[in-house]
Amino acid sequence: MSGGGYAAQNGAGGSYTNGPSQNPVGVYSSNQGLMAPPLTGFMNSLTTKGPPPPGPNPYITGRHQPSPVAPPPSSWSGVAPPPSSYSQHPQPGVTPPPVAPPPSSYSQHPQPGVMPPPVAPPPSSYSQHPQPGVTPPPVAPPPSSYSQHPQPGIMPPPVAPPPSSYSQHPQPGVTPPPVAPPPSSYSQHPQPGVMLPPVAPPPSSWSGVTQAPVAPPPSSWSGVTPTPVAPPPRSWSGVTSTPVAPPPVGNHTGPGPYSTGTRLPPVFQNTMQPPAALQQAGLYQAQPGQMIRPPAYHSPSAPALYTQVQPSGSAAQLSPSLAAMSLQSQTPEALRVVNLLQERNILPSGAVTPPTPCLPQDLQKINCCPEVFRCTLTSIPQTQALLNKAKLPLGLLLHPFKDLSQLPVVTSSNIVRCRSCRTYINPFVTFVDARRWKCNLCHRVNDVPEEFMYNPVSRSYGAPHKRPEVQNATIEFIAPSEYMLRPPQPAVYLFVLDVSHNAVETGYLDVVCQSLLENLDSLPGDSRTKIGFITFDSTIHFYNLQEGLSQPQMLIVSDIDDVFLPSPDSLLVNLSECKELVQDLLTGLPQMFSSTMETQSGLGPALQAGFKLLSPTGGRISVFQTQLPTVGIGALKPREEPGQKAHAKEVQHLNPATDFYKKLALDCSGHHVAVDLFLLSAQYCDLSSLGCISRYSAGSVYYYPSYHRQRSPAQTERFQRDLKRYLTRKIGFEAVMRIRCTKGLSIHTFHGNFFVRSTDLLSLANVNPDAGFAVQMSIEENLLDLQAVSFQAALLYTSSKGERRIRVHTLCLPVVNSLSDIFAGADVQAITALLASMAVDRSVTASLGDARDALINAAIDSLSSYRSSVLSVQQPGLLAPACLRLLPLYILALLKHRAFRTSASTRLDERVFSMFQLKSQPLPFLMLTVHPGLYRADDLSDEGALNVSERTIPQPRALQLSVEKLSRDAAFLMDCGTVLYLWIGRNCNPVFLTQVLGVESYAAVPLNMDQLPELDTAESSRIRALIDWLRERRPFHPVLHVIRDESPLKAEFLQYLIEDLSESALSYYEFLLHLQQQICK
Amino acid sequence: MEAAVFILSLVDCCALIFLSVYFIITLSDLECDYINARACCSKLNKWVIPEMIGQALATVLMLVSMHWFVFLLNLPVASWNVYRYVKVPLGNMGVYDPTEIHNRGQLKSHMKEAMIKLGFHLLCFFIYLYSMILALIND
Repeated sequence: MSGGGYAAQNGAGGSYTNGPSQNPVGVYSSNQGLMAPPLTGFMNSLTTKGPPPPGPNPYITGRHQPSPVAPPPSSWSGVAPPPSSYSQHPQPGVTPPPVAPPPSSYSQHPQPGVMPPPVAPPPSSYSQHPQPGVTPPPVAPPPSSYSQHPQPGIMPPPVAPPPSSYSQHPQPGVTPPPVAPPPSSYSQHPQPGVMLPPVAPPPSSWSGVTQAPVAPPPSSWSGVTPTPVAPPPRSWSGVTSTPVAPPPVGNHTGPGPYSTGTRLPPVFQNTMQPPAALQQAGLYQAQPGQMIRPPAYHSPSAPALYTQVQPSGSAAQLSPSLAAMSLQSQTPEALRVVNLLQERNILPSGAVTPPTPCLPQDLQKINCCPEVFRCTLTSIPQTQALLNKAKLPLGLLLHPFKDLSQLPVVTSSNIVRCRSCRTYINPFVTFVDARRWKCNLCHRVNDVPEEFMYNPVSRSYGAPHKRPEVQNATIEFIAPSEYMLRPPQPAVYLFVLDVSHNAVETGYLDVVCQSLLENLDSLPGDSRTKIGFITFDSTIHFYNLQEGLSQPQMLIVSDIDDVFLPSPDSLLVNLSECKELVQDLLTGLPQMFSSTMETQSGLGPALQAGFKLLSPTGGRISVFQTQLPTVGIGALKPREEPGQKAHAKEVQHLNPATDFYKKLALDCSGHHVAVDLFLLSAQYCDLSSLGCISRYSAGSVYYYPSYHRQRSPAQTERFQRDLKRYLTRKIGFEAVMRIRCTKGLSIHTFHGNFFVRSTDLLSLANVNPDAGFAVQMSIEENLLDLQAVSFQAALLYTSSKGERRIRVHTLCLPVVNSLSDIFAGADVQAITALLASMAVDRSVTASLGDARDALINAAIDSLSSYRSSVLSVQQPGLLAPACLRLLPLYILALLKHRAFRTSASTRLDERVFSMFQLKSQPLPFLMLTVHPGLYRADDLSDEGALNVSERTIPQPRALQLSVEKLSRDAAFLMDCGTVLYLWIGRNCNPVFLTQVLGVESYAAVPLNMDQLPELDTAESSRIRALIDWLRERRPFHPVLHVIRDESPLKAEFLQYLIEDLSESALSYYEFLLHLQQQICK
Repeated sequence: MEAAVFILSLVDCCALIFLSVYFIITLSDLECDYINARACCSKLNKWVIPEMIGQALATVLMLVSMHWFVFLLNLPVASWNVYRYVKVPLGNMGVYDPTEIHNRGQLKSHMKEAMIKLGFHLLCFFIYLYSMILALIND
């Protein structure tokens, strides 16, 4: 079918695209009435006839091609961006001029430093109105309705002040240039400079506001850019694979050359845009008020629109090919039928990119960045029945506190929220008229408060829909006092260190103390920051660091059954006032216990002491533990049977052994104390029990198996780097997160580290930028009359500077009513991550075997549902839509993941740790641990390389994880998230050996090499650039192991080659056959 | 004698009805966000054992007085209570665990269970009442 279908597509598509590209809306507007038809019909037509026409390509290419290439900024300022659409509808004819300014005014902001100059022109154009004019602004841009309001003419500037929050702008009259100051001043009041350091320059954030708020890490993604063109053709032509006996070429070769030949990928994608526009046009009508864009408007500006889209938002991070493709023509590509048994090269050449929801372009443009907020189905089914039929999990993956490079920050005395469901106003609300807005979650109509009528960005009055709150899906508010139950707490850090004999033996104390000493000044906090230390073995040692003492005083409490605080006031001290004492302590601490013979460990009492110490303020406890707690409350017994061979049904003790840690964690959580656990141990430590302390208090868990300072230098390096990141990363205190969704959807399960305090409220004692969350949802009421649904995650926290802030992310997704649309919008990575979390739950509540079966069934169910409900033509083989083609591979990878594998003997703690990681890591890092990246490392070239801040980073193609891909005369780099392997083939090119590794021959490669020498050769610098780049993009530090055949780590390396047959697990091809059997049964 | 047994069961049954209502009210409070999970679960866990004892008492009474039908009616509920209590994983804080109650629709299933028990106890109430009256008349 695919062959014929595709041929037809290209032919038939001609008319299709032509229409839209020339008068996009023209064609569509006729369809408007039908609404639904465009959507569904669109899909159908795609599968059967499809749009992509070669014809119009050149035409459009001419215009659009540049856009992706063009530096975003330029296109930004040049072309009127999003807001234009709003202001235009009233009098398109009249408006052009006014339209221009706002965008420009936006684009000024990005670099606050740079601002003045760029600002100058626009403001002038802009401020002209306000000054003289009194009239022009109100009249021109905003819908006439506004001008009716109280002397609008005079108002804009003068009125502005009244809203107290903006009173900074007092004399806007003066303003021509001032435009610049206001924005900055705006975001700056709240000492932005100070606050946001990690986040981004706040002023810019302001401005960043409009355009690329979502786009933060384009660089990282754009790595994909060079190659993107290739993917579709490649995967096609990769086609013929060895394993498949049957007719490997059959339908493949058909499309293969076809696609490569006929559709020039980039061109093709661009052409695809119009259909999307259409589709959107369809959606559009649904949106009343502000969102409506008269068709007439659409066509003239269509080109402009397209060009903007590319650089903006999420599109920017996608590879152009995918961006264009998924934006525009997701359907055909995503639903392309792939016969997995025949197609071997299913990996995209670059990163796997999330699908883009089929939303109107301007909504999509401001939609929440997929790195922050992702849904497993980018098209939400209308009914639960439909969802059940699709057999795909519905859920959200969040990374709410991610470090963002641009984040708009708003200070406002009155944060506009829906009166009934308390949703924060967001870009996806609709303005019923100038004075009222309709909540997109509960559909209640709310009044727009007076202050909100004034837009501080453009300093105009009467255009609430241009406020940053309505222009940004990710925004941060500085919360007024209503959002505080008590005065914001200071940053409080307590370190609880194990100093038993075992701990001293590992030598971790030196590293911790050293890192702390180095980073004492960069601990996030302000002048109120407090710090304290507790050490413990079978007794608990407190340290009096009171100002005025000449040296730290150790207070020993040996009554661990009833812990008390010896001197409650002086154990937690102000860091800046007592820094010298703290430094003294840290320098002396490692030696203090060097000769200890105490082997017992009373972790429980020490934690209780820590909790007592912090409970009045809240804060963070960092616990370093190296052995099983043996005395006092919370003591544990070893449960792991040594040498236990894991069989599916027999992995036990995944459950905690006691509820002590859970109870304590909940107490901590109630008092805003989070506990982070660092476990450095060679023996079994019962992480499943200990981990509860972090899991329910919203902490994080770090595990360094077999840590020893001398014996495992690589581990030490990793520990050091992780510590540095841990100590200096941003932190939010006394946080809560609420996840709201449109009425009809409800969240029923949560994954991650936190305590669910009430139905949708997660209590996070601390929130850190490396924490990911996931939730599962169900559809409780049918979403029949909705075009789109929204999800909002609002994170209220106290910054380390003692400010109460609210970070709000809003994601909007379309609602669809056909199975094929649901499949087309499936996000395979998100699905995998959610399934992994669900499987972890299952293995704890039921058994590991159950969890594994459930994973396999998930793949079988969804593929068979696709086969029976979506595919019209049945053909042999294992068929999957292109967007889900990686699902079986990922499921297999999960089955071989340390958390779920049964083949290799896996230590219980490592398994439990992997499970924790699966539940609490953000998606991109999680995917790396599940499905590592494998690259050929000895022929890196600058072709298609990425340029990041003047460094050239080669972008090798990702290879399948199979021994078959390794060759003896090459070297390969494998990126497994927390560890990197550089595998050297036996006959590896000697040039590579000398130029990169600095050794003469293969035999001279050391068996445990953890670093690449810094050689001054092109090869060396290329590979080091690649490795550095890979490392920079994640918050933890992956260690590098150079390995060869004789290396002890080789077995570990081979375990990651998940496509191969292993001890008791299927190879990828066998797994596919198994799936096929089950599906066809 | 017969009458005394049923009067006692009647009293026991009333207590169980009140307990079920209390469970339902507390769970629905949690559903509506009036109390937090921690408070709700500690409240409910307190009453799990009394409920178990109350139910066991009714069952034993029926067994001793050899009312086989009512005994068999009570037995499954009593054993369910015991089973539920015994099956609590070590790491959980009781039958109602605050960290789990919002997950995997547990709240709903607890609610359903409480409802079913309420219905059951009401049924029992009328059976006891009827039997008591019958016994009093026969006396």
